[in-house]
Amino acid sequence: MQIHISTTDGVPIYLQIVNQVKYLVASARLAPGEEMPPIRVLAERLLINPNTVARAYRELEVAGVVTKRRTAGTFVSEGGAPLGLDDRLEIVAARVDGLVAEARQLNIGLNALIGLIRRRDAALGPQTKGGDGRDDQP
Amino acid sequence: MTSPELEPTVIEVRGVSRRFGKQQALEDVSLTVPRGVVFGLIGENGAGKTTLIRHILGLFRPQSGTVRVFGLDPTRDPVGVFSRLGTLSEDRDLPGWMRVEELIRYVKAFYPSWDDAYAESLRDASELDPKAKIRHLSRGQQARAGLLAALAFRPELLVLDEPSSGLDPVVRRDILGAIIRTITNDGRTVLFSSHLLDEVERVSDHVAMIDRGRIVIDGPLDAVKSKHHQVNIQFDVPRSDAPPLDTAIAIQGSGREWSAICEGDLGAISMRAEGLGGRVVEARGATLDEIFVARMAGHRRKPIVPKEAAVS
Repeated sequence: MQIHISTTDGVPIYLQIVNQVKYLVASARLAPGEEMPPIRVLAERLLINPNTVARAYRELEVAGVVTKRRTAGTFVSEGGAPLGLDDRLEIVAARVDGLVAEARQLNIGLNALIGLIRRRDAALGPQTKGGDGRDDQP
Repeated sequence: MTSPELEPTVIEVRGVSRRFGKQQALEDVSLTVPRGVVFGLIGENGAGKTTLIRHILGLFRPQSGTVRVFGLDPTRDPVGVFSRLGTLSEDRDLPGWMRVEELIRYVKAFYPSWDDAYAESLRDASELDPKAKIRHLSRGQQARAGLLAALAFRPELLVLDEPSSGLDPVVRRDILGAIIRTITNDGRTVLFSSHLLDEVERVSDHVAMIDRGRIVIDGPLDAVKSKHHQVNIQFDVPRSDAPPLDTAIAIQGSGREWSAICEGDLGAISMRAEGLGGRVVEARGATLDEIFVARMAGHRRKPIVPKEAAVS
C-alpha cells in the first residue's frame, strides 16, 4: 500500500491517508478482503504518529471502506462497489477548487475551462477501464 | 518493569521563570504533558527550549515556579525521575573514551529495567561496532549510541532535546522511528524539541511553541492547525498598505493581492475580508511551518507586517 504524506499542503495527515486509501480502493489497487497494515507498522513506515493512523482507520471504517475484524486486523471491505461516484468526486474536489480559483484569477470563464478539460481528456486517449463515472452529457 | 502507579500527567511545569543575568530565558512558563502523547516543543534557537528541558531534567532549579516529573521534583529526587526517564540531547555528551560495549555496560548498571535483548537489537540495527571508541564514531553513530542508551531500559518518558540537529536524513529517520516505537508501547510519553517543523508535524499529538522565553501556542496539534488558515485575498482596488485584518497573525502582499495567515473561523475571516473590500480567493489549512513563521514574524524583518502579538 503506497501512501505519500506531505506536510507542506496544509491537509491534515489523517485525511491524506483517508483520501489515498479511498483512492487506492476506488482504483482497485487495494482489493476487497485485502489486509491493511497494522497501525504501528504503517506509523513506523510513514514516520507519523500512530494515533494519526488510528484516526484515519476509524474514519475509513465509519465510511465503510475498511472493516475491523476482532483480533485479526483491519481489512478492505468485501463486496459492494469500491466507492460511489460521489465519494470519488469528493476525492478530486479539492483539486477542482484550486483549479477553479486559479481560472477565476486568470479571468477564464467556466465554459472555457470545461472546454479545456474536455480537450485534455480527449488528448489522454480513451479511458481504459471502468467508465461508470463517465456520465458525459452535452 | 517500572513503577506501577501511572499518573495521568507526566510533566507539569507551573509558572517557571529563569533569568541568566539580564537575559530573561523563561518567563512564567506553564505546560502539562499528559501520559501517552508525543509532545513537540518548537521555537527558534535561543527561544528557551533547551533551558526549559534542563529544568524538566532537574539540571536547573527554577528561580520561581515549580517543575514536577511523575509528580516528583527532579532537583530533589533525581534518582526517582531518572530511573524512569530516558534522554538524549543535541550535544550527546557521551564519554568519548569508552568503547560501545563499555558504554552499554556502564549505562545498564544504572537501570534495573535494562533490556539486554532490546539493547542488542538496537546496537545491531544501528551497526554499532561494540569495540569502537565513542569518539571515533561519526556524528550519526554517536547519536544512535546515545539513543540506545536512552531507550534500552524502556523508560516511561523519553526527553529529546533537538535530537535531529545536525544529523543526516537517515539518522533522523531512525530517531523519528524510535519516537514512534516508544509511544506505540502503551502509556509511554515523549517530549522532544525541534526546529524541524516537518518532523514535529508528523509525529506530535501536542505542540507548544516557545518564543523569547514565553509559551505562545500550546495545544493538541489538530486544534492548533484547525484554527489557522492560509488565505489569499484579492481586492478590487489596489492597496498601498496591508489590510487591517484583525484575525491575521501575519500578512504580506502588495496592490490587489494579499496573503495572510489567519486565526479563527474561515467564515468570519471571509466576512472580514469582504468588509474591507476584498474577497478570499483561496484558503487552506496552514502548515505548522507557516504558523511558526507567522508567529515569529513579529520580531523579524519587515516584509511580513505583524499583528500585535495577541496570543495566549
